[in-house]
Amino acid sequence: MDKTATLEKTETLKALKIDEHIVEIVSDSGEGAQKCGVSFAAISAKMGNGVWTVEIIPAEIQPPARSREGASGIRIRIGSKKITNSGNEANLVIALNEQVPYGRIDQNAYKEGTTMLLECKWATDPSKDIRKKYADALADFKSRGYNVIEIPMELECLKVVKNARKGKNMWVLGMLCYIYSRGIEKGETQIKNIFRKKSDKIINSNIDLLHAGYKWAKANLNFHYDVPGMDTDEKMVVMNGNEAIGLGVAASGMEVCSMYPITPATSASHLLAEIFKNFGGRVHQAEDEIAAVGFAIGSSYAGKTAVTITSGPGMALKTEFLGLASMAEIPLVVIDVQRGGPSTGLPTKVEQSDLLSTIYGMPGDAPKIVMATSTIEECFHFVILARKLAESFRTPVYILTDANLATGQQPYPRPKIQKDWFAPPIDQSPWKDEVNPYEWDANTGLSKRAIPGQAGGQFTLTGLAHNSQGKVSYHPDENQESSELRSRKIASFQKTLKPPTINGKEKGDLLIVGWGSTLGAISEAIDIAQNEGINVSSIHLRFLNPLEPGLKEIFNNFKKVITIEINYSDRVDNPQFTDDNRRYSQLSWMLRAHTLTDIDCYSNVEGQPLSPKRIVDVIKHKLSNL
Amino acid sequence: MYGLNTDIALDSPSKYYSIENYAKGVARWCPGCGDHAVLANMQKLLRDKQMAPEKTVFVSGIGCSSRFPHYMNTYGFHGLHGRAFPIAEGIKFRRPDLDIFVITGDGDCTSIGAGAWIHAIRYNMNMTVLLLNNEIYGLTKKQSSPTSRVGTVSNTTPDGSILPPISPIQTTLGVSNASFVAQTTDWNPAHMYETIKAAYEHKGFSFVHIIQRCPIFQGALADEQVANKDAIVYLNHDNGIKVDDTIAKMFKNEINHDPTDLSTARDLAKDSSKIHMGLFYQDKDAPCYDDYGASNIGFTVEQKEAALNAEFDKFAI
Repeated sequence: MDKTATLEKTETLKALKIDEHIVEIVSDSGEGAQKCGVSFAAISAKMGNGVWTVEIIPAEIQPPARSREGASGIRIRIGSKKITNSGNEANLVIALNEQVPYGRIDQNAYKEGTTMLLECKWATDPSKDIRKKYADALADFKSRGYNVIEIPMELECLKVVKNARKGKNMWVLGMLCYIYSRGIEKGETQIKNIFRKKSDKIINSNIDLLHAGYKWAKANLNFHYDVPGMDTDEKMVVMNGNEAIGLGVAASGMEVCSMYPITPATSASHLLAEIFKNFGGRVHQAEDEIAAVGFAIGSSYAGKTAVTITSGPGMALKTEFLGLASMAEIPLVVIDVQRGGPSTGLPTKVEQSDLLSTIYGMPGDAPKIVMATSTIEECFHFVILARKLAESFRTPVYILTDANLATGQQPYPRPKIQKDWFAPPIDQSPWKDEVNPYEWDANTGLSKRAIPGQAGGQFTLTGLAHNSQGKVSYHPDENQESSELRSRKIASFQKTLKPPTINGKEKGDLLIVGWGSTLGAISEAIDIAQNEGINVSSIHLRFLNPLEPGLKEIFNNFKKVITIEINYSDRVDNPQFTDDNRRYSQLSWMLRAHTLTDIDCYSNVEGQPLSPKRIVDVIKHKLSNL
Repeated sequence: MYGLNTDIALDSPSKYYSIENYAKGVARWCPGCGDHAVLANMQKLLRDKQMAPEKTVFVSGIGCSSRFPHYMNTYGFHGLHGRAFPIAEGIKFRRPDLDIFVITGDGDCTSIGAGAWIHAIRYNMNMTVLLLNNEIYGLTKKQSSPTSRVGTVSNTTPDGSILPPISPIQTTLGVSNASFVAQTTDWNPAHMYETIKAAYEHKGFSFVHIIQRCPIFQGALADEQVANKDAIVYLNHDNGIKVDDTIAKMFKNEINHDPTDLSTARDLAKDSSKIHMGLFYQDKDAPCYDDYGASNIGFTVEQKEAALNAEFDKFAI
């Protein structure tokens, strides 16, 4: 049964130096694969490695055990250089049963030659059915060309602890520490940190498991790697996108986060709920999504700008209030951690499908600022920027991030704190009598807001059409003018933006346009394609409304322009879809209208981060049809 | 100046506010509408309490009564249909210095805003809430509302409404953490004044149900309510809402109801054949969510900077 016992080791193996590796840990839900993976990622980041992680999350809390739909876990890509995306197929997979890998095989996550470390306790399971399933899967994995190594993980854990289900993940961490030459002491430090709220007994038992896993791997495995880290003096932090957003909220000086639980956005509020008290802030869990944004709007109106954090279905519910924020010019920060849609869609999976609904998805004309983060670092900094823009332009500001960034871990330079990040105290000085509640500047549309408490500033804010005095007005000219002034704010903001940086040559055969979390994968694909001699460049947009300037000029220098996005578009290879009826992906749709350029698109709704390999294929395919 | 301790100098009121200081514009409700009486009483209350207009915020939803903030020379927030409560909660959460009034109607509160209403009761934030209930949709021209009584003929129920109405008092009393529940009518302005005054003085979510007339769409109902003095019962108690003796004498019926007795309050609310006027229930000790919200205001930039550095340390590598 114990095949590894046949692996004879006579001497200490020398570590094979490699540039990067992709590791996956897959298990049933609740076996701690993610904790193990995040720990491994943090240890690697501390050793100077570039790191990117993606969580593999089933849609249910307790899906059936040993099932492909129950695959839960994490992918960790580590490298000697900066890592910007989750990469292509995995090099090494640790599977705690033989069924869960199928959830990933369905997503083409493995390839011939992928090493699979497989828990082999199922081979001797009392159930005949399970034994058969295990044997069948094992044969299948081998026929797929995976390098399968059966490991008695449970058995080994039971030598250390009574219940192996809790703790096997730390045994696996020990094994990974050996395989990738991570010092065992780094593993110990990590365990002490993650279990800091637990008893010494629990900490010590986990450390024992870590050592056992390490020792077992050293004694039994015939491979051993070293992924050298970068030498840098720069101080770094490592976190996921939602944590970065939570910290960004605290760093922005906002003091109220009003939210309703929704996947995959909630963990940002979890962090805030824990730390906000140290910043003089409060998280309000409202009774529903509508109340959450209404509360934030009330809070903003009477004080410092507030934030609401949600995902697609929450955005849909908030729509009426968001229109009010535009109409009445209430500063507000709205963070949308996008997931698969429409409706309940794919709650735990990535999509970039809220772009059009965020910009256009409300009745009437509701101008606003919309930006999208493309890295974990931007998740932090954009919140601070959003708070400032919301106040300067007296408008709601939206940040679109997504499920890929939300749970993905990446190191980035520790931000140097600036005092002006934190919002100043609210203005309570007397209001000048002659100043109207909407004293719109004719050129910029900007006006100063009166905050309750400012004597002489009393006015009744309304979502009805209103004039500069804040009075309800049904006058045709006044509605036309006030609508235009609200739009003029966005135009004046657009004048402060710079054209996007072009990654690659300024002229060429193909230009890729992306936005959001696909930045890393697109950049890596462009590098690969350029190395193969393909004349392709890319730009990545951070501001979606208003759009960054100079786009048409950039597009004109390329034979073909396509957007690459994670949302729906009609594929042209189906005869039902013609030039006459094809529905384009969301950014493509916008850019076509904005620049009157024939912009093509590649997009899908498979719920997965795009891999560089897939993008290279798209590039080649599009160029072959030039 | 040497020898003068400014700390003990008393503030003399720099300004006396008269009713005119609180009034704004000309109310555009129909002649005979109950809203006018509420507005007049409200302006009087602000005058009597000398509330600073800049420290007072009127929040409303959408509907006839929700036009109210436009006629008050205070800060006002004329929000969305059914959503006055979340807005008011957000305002109050970090502004203990502001006095908050919510003006809502039967459609706004008990229909489209019912969810927010239930939770607003539970949050028990310090605000005075007036539900102006005319049992009909007026602004959209006569549709039945959840408080319309059975048989109400309207544009959406031309054969008469069939479902029993929601009782706002009964519903409010059914929610945990309710802290102040009172009822009055638009045709007894003196009682109404004392009721909204008591509501203002209560710390917490003070819910006042005002039964009022819509002479345009509910004319017959109004006449019947005002005429039927037998149906009106004055809730009289030392801890209740006091009215002047001359006003108290006008009531044909009264009962001695202790406003700390929730069970009896619920029994009274169940009886739809009577209009009970006064304080159904009061709990002065119910926890207020805004006490929590405002308990950590005023951190300095230095405090926040230190907190942020501590957080970065946790994520440092």
